[in-house]
Amino acid sequence: MSRGDDAASDPGDARQEHAEPTHVAPVRSGPVHLRPWYILLVGIGGALGTLARYGAELVIPRAWQLPWPTLTVNLIGAFLLGVLLEALVRRGRDDGRRRAARLFMGTGFMGGFTTYSSLAVETFELLRDDRLLAAVGYGLVTLVVGLLASLLGVWLAAAHHRSASRRASGDKHPGAAT
Amino acid sequence: MIALMAIAGGIGAIARFMLDGLIRGRMNSGHLSSGHLSSALPLGTMIINVSGSLLLGFVTGLVLFHAVPSDWQLVVGTGFFGGYTTFSTASFETARLIQERQFVAALVNGIGMLLLSVGAAGAGLALAWLV
Repeated sequence: MSRGDDAASDPGDARQEHAEPTHVAPVRSGPVHLRPWYILLVGIGGALGTLARYGAELVIPRAWQLPWPTLTVNLIGAFLLGVLLEALVRRGRDDGRRRAARLFMGTGFMGGFTTYSSLAVETFELLRDDRLLAAVGYGLVTLVVGLLASLLGVWLAAAHHRSASRRASGDKHPGAAT
Repeated sequence: MIALMAIAGGIGAIARFMLDGLIRGRMNSGHLSSGHLSSALPLGTMIINVSGSLLLGFVTGLVLFHAVPSDWQLVVGTGFFGGYTTFSTASFETARLIQERQFVAALVNGIGMLLLSVGAAGAGLALAWLV
């Protein structure tokens, strides 16, 4: 690693030689989004997430001609990404396996599993069919319940981490481990 | 076709990852004053989702109005643009803005992004109808 790396855009780089086992990621300099290993992780995760979303589209019925498949994957994905990112942040710095997990499961899988373009096109199609209530309802339920799902995911991961670190420190220093 | 769709989804995810990284790099290089609304907003996801909605609207319109085979919809629409755009990150970033008490930015990131994206999807459909 060169010392001249842009630390602001990539805070995990500073002590990477010690933190990152070479079999997990070949150490390269430069920004995260230009490293082949990370690009590959995101691509494989994205392909698997896309497959899972397609599976949901096949399985979930479109009752009342409403886009339930997109709603379902987006809400599940918003919840799981909240759990994942909060759990990773609580475990430590964004490097090594944690960064690989974030890019593969978060940026890749959850990013590919959920979709915004379908949400937008489906909402527009409801509007075009003069189903104003359905369009507004679909958009707002996705946004509001999705946000609550993300917050719930973050909160659950944080609560789990706190209770785990309390157990680890024998209830003596509840606030000590972060 | 399904394998192609999955590969297109992976390529879409990579495009999102690289574009978001590029935009973050530009933002960090610091020509936006801190405290300004645009410095709190995660602009990368916003740009990705609005542009993806525009282009998915266009592809959907091509299939609807110009008898473009619906396999295109599957590979390019469900695959590429499904993988390129993301709801989970948008939702998570809004949650973070609320945690940071950036309520105006959270509102813009939530309602603003949806309105822009739906408008973009409509513009894409209209464009496909015109060509």
